[in-house]
Amino acid sequence: MAGSATKPSKAKKAAPAASAEECHHWLRQMMLIRHFEEKAGEAYSLGKIGGFCHLYIGQEAVGVGCIASLRPDDYITCSYREHGHALARGMSARSVMAELFGKATGCSGGKGGSMHLFDAERGFLGGHGIVGGHIPLTAGTAFAAKYRGTDQVSACFFGEAAVNIGAFHEALNMASLWKLPAIFVCENNGYGMGTALARASAIMDISHRAYSYAMDTEAVDGQDVLAVKAAMDRAVARARTDSMPTLLEMRTYRYVGHSMSDAAHGTYRTKEEVETFRQRDPIKVLAEYMKAGGMIDNAGIAAMDEEVVAEVADALQFAEESPDPPPEALTRDVYAEPR
Amino acid sequence: MATKIVMEALSPTMEEGRLVEWKKQEGEPVATGDVIAEVETDKAVMELVARADGTLLKHVVAAGTTVPVSQLVGVIGEPGEDVSSLLAGSANGKAKAEAPAPPAVAAAPAPAASVATPKPVLAPTAAAPGGRIKASPLARKIARDRGLDLGAIRGSGPEGRIIQRDVEGAAVQSPEPAGPGGPAFRDVPLSQIRKTIAKRLAQSIGPIPTFYLTSEIDMERTWDARETLVAGKDRSPDEPRISYNDIILKAVALSLRQHPDCNAWWQDDRIRYWNEVHLSMAVAVEDGLITPVIRLADRKSLREIAREARELAGRARERRLTPAEYTGGTFSVSNLGMFDIDQFTAVINPPEAGILAVGGITPKPVVVDGATAIRRRMRVTLSCDHRVIDGATGAQFLRTLKGMLENPLTMVY
Amino acid sequence: MPTLTYRDALNEALLEEMQRDPDVFLMGEEVGEYDGAYKVSRGLLKQFGPKRVVDTPIAELGFAGIGVGAAMVGLRPVIEMMTWNFALLAIDQIVNSAAKMRYMSGGQIGCPIVFRGPGGSALQLGAQHSQAFESWYAHVPGLKVIAPATPADAKGLLKSAIRDDDPVVFIEGEMLYNLKGEVPEGEHLTPIGVADVKREGGDVTLVCHSKSVTIALKAADQLAEAGIQAEVVDLRTIRPLDTDTVLRSVGKTHRCVVVEEGWPFAGVGAQVVDVLQRDAFDELDAPVVRVTGADVPMPYNKALEKAAKADPAQVVAAAKRVLYLE
Repeated sequence: MAGSATKPSKAKKAAPAASAEECHHWLRQMMLIRHFEEKAGEAYSLGKIGGFCHLYIGQEAVGVGCIASLRPDDYITCSYREHGHALARGMSARSVMAELFGKATGCSGGKGGSMHLFDAERGFLGGHGIVGGHIPLTAGTAFAAKYRGTDQVSACFFGEAAVNIGAFHEALNMASLWKLPAIFVCENNGYGMGTALARASAIMDISHRAYSYAMDTEAVDGQDVLAVKAAMDRAVARARTDSMPTLLEMRTYRYVGHSMSDAAHGTYRTKEEVETFRQRDPIKVLAEYMKAGGMIDNAGIAAMDEEVVAEVADALQFAEESPDPPPEALTRDVYAEPR
Repeated sequence: MATKIVMEALSPTMEEGRLVEWKKQEGEPVATGDVIAEVETDKAVMELVARADGTLLKHVVAAGTTVPVSQLVGVIGEPGEDVSSLLAGSANGKAKAEAPAPPAVAAAPAPAASVATPKPVLAPTAAAPGGRIKASPLARKIARDRGLDLGAIRGSGPEGRIIQRDVEGAAVQSPEPAGPGGPAFRDVPLSQIRKTIAKRLAQSIGPIPTFYLTSEIDMERTWDARETLVAGKDRSPDEPRISYNDIILKAVALSLRQHPDCNAWWQDDRIRYWNEVHLSMAVAVEDGLITPVIRLADRKSLREIAREARELAGRARERRLTPAEYTGGTFSVSNLGMFDIDQFTAVINPPEAGILAVGGITPKPVVVDGATAIRRRMRVTLSCDHRVIDGATGAQFLRTLKGMLENPLTMVY
Repeated sequence: MPTLTYRDALNEALLEEMQRDPDVFLMGEEVGEYDGAYKVSRGLLKQFGPKRVVDTPIAELGFAGIGVGAAMVGLRPVIEMMTWNFALLAIDQIVNSAAKMRYMSGGQIGCPIVFRGPGGSALQLGAQHSQAFESWYAHVPGLKVIAPATPADAKGLLKSAIRDDDPVVFIEGEMLYNLKGEVPEGEHLTPIGVADVKREGGDVTLVCHSKSVTIALKAADQLAEAGIQAEVVDLRTIRPLDTDTVLRSVGKTHRCVVVEEGWPFAGVGAQVVDVLQRDAFDELDAPVVRVTGADVPMPYNKALEKAAKADPAQVVAAAKRVLYLE
């Protein structure tokens, strides 16, 4: 089983250059996501959050690095493991945590929940609950941008298990056929729920799937936010200037279970494997890089940590104290209000 | 080999019988001679017995259905035996009874009322063996609105379900909704014996087989009572002057309440016994006669009856009565006393079953307590529809009426 | 009033709406170069070019999802399903994406999209190509479901559907494309959610939609010969269901037969019956009877196929049954 997850070492190494300011921003975002997810997991076990809850711990560099490349008017569509992307997009920890708590102040008014975070103003077009079902939506938002002649880019985030479903193939084929400005970001964390990639896919290099559609592709070290950002920059440029789609395979790992009802390790992967990947924790990778470059010191990291702890504590309190949606919300938003 | 069970002629004059109750259920074993059903004939309730051994495979007609003699009502055979051929033969003639065939649609091209509403079908009711009445929701609503008793209505729908056309027909002549005292009337399906009587008598005498009962009533006390009422010093000028006729109307109404058998309508296939008394009062008008109705007369005071009778008679002469005011009576009174008529017979005003002909009040010598005395006497003659009222029934009513008029105080309590 | 076929009425609706609103585009298999599998989109490619009349690969799920994505950011896609049988492949996008987007986003993201194409059976197309799916989609809150029966309604309702801000499932009658009828000139919009009394009568109500309207009207003719006046209520929109019109009619006739092309179990008629038993309970003089397609996959054999389809004779028999004239 140890060999099931794709080794990060295989991935293309980038030699990016990023400013200290950018790195600070990304480090803080990753630390915020990490802490947010840990507290969300805690709130889940306390019964504050219900239903399904898929945490992003371990994959932070992908969401943060990719979204850093996007413009505010670009479109983002995600799978159900999207808390990190929402925060990286600039949605407040308050609105996301309140949504997890099902409160009226949540980003979807408490009617979406963990899997359906939306923020129309930020072009954050939802977490979606059917594996792969949202990939055509991204082709659709890209189609709309091209139709209207804007240079907006559409990014889609999904796990590697989604590449085996028809929607992936249909969407990528049409995106390439019609030259749509879309970026398909596959977050390959090695497991589709409990099924290792090798047990689900006939080929191990997800990026190779793009060859079927004559689409540009890259396999990227998903634990290195700078590499992620650099690859995404290339894809965004291709989309924005050439209106061409890209498939990015981000090789990453989740340190926690598939969802809250799944142990971090046990039946389908070993503790040792999880520990091995923890050695390349994306937060540690960036922090080391910054320290080596003199961009930050331990005190700076501690101060940043303090900040995100306070921000998440505030979000939790806000979520806790927010009201439930009013009863009349039940039947609202099924259809448009009459014009 | 399956054996048919047919409606047998269980009396010499029986032409049809009502299957009152199945004594054997489908699937039950039966032996020759076992009682399998009860049948009401024109004379009595009789037993229908099995003519073969085996299993009762099918009830071809439901309990409560009236079936002509020799019609298939059930099948005895071996369990699982195919009896469809036997049943097929009977499909058309099934349960003819008094249920009218559904309207022959092809023969009724009338565009306006395109689905002809058949006449109400009464008698055996829609009550299921458990006593539950099957009626469509619409039929129930109509019945509720019009105060009809579903138990008295025969349903023409599947399995005797009472449907709109059944209650619509039943309600046509209903004068007004149920009064405060509950349903306005009670429909009683015709029993076989009632039907036979009706048929025979009608054949003998005409559409309404009428007979007459005459009684002479001593009016002394009524006379005195009326004198007192009329002379009453307290009477305001606009109050009506009580007439003998008013008192008679009141007495008739009260008597009818005690004898609902005479307060009834003949309705061809049933008799409607009214729980309310609506008195038709014959009024002579210029070129004939009209009968305005005093509604709920049994619940009205003498003063109210007097005022209403005066008012109705007045407008009758002016021809200003509305149809609702001269229809819907349950019994009629015709008084020719003012024309010095001693005694006469009146013609029944259908569907009412009785009319009382009232003669004049005349002093005459009668024997009282063994001595001859001059008393004010009045003769009344009750015309009875014999299909509804039998001699004894009418006589009892007259006796009550006589008692009241001879001792008017009895009207008070 | 000009007479048009159902097909051309739909074509006019598309043409007019695409002229009116540049955000409207048509996407589907064979809609462009081929001029439409059923020629509903005839001439539109020539008129509007490939940007707005988009031929797709055979990938219903994919292009349905692309349509939903485009609608989420404000375009007004018309997604043609070559037939609704193929839309089963896209039902995830119609149900999980389009229908729920507004709700699960807390009202932020709408989905003004029309999925349209022929439904129901044609002639001897066999089990996989002869199905009526109205009740499937009508089950889903968030969708509107329309199934017009006449050229005028087809045009007026398609125009309304394209302008509607919610996802609309627009099921055309495959056997109705050649049906001719008068279509009002000029701007002709038919409101969504309003049934239409196609024939008045006082004795029995025949509730129907799409092709079953034709069946019910034929049955009504036959009933009239027998002196029975049937009222034919064309639902036109299945969801939202115009219960008022149905209740008004049954309140008058007290008897109802529901006719539909689809299968009996949990069909459109079942919903109508539910409404009647609850809201017209006291008006009913007989149980409501349904006439549906047979509860089997559609057979190929011509005689068997005929037996599997609802027809006027069944409707006449059902009407007589609720009138207790059997």
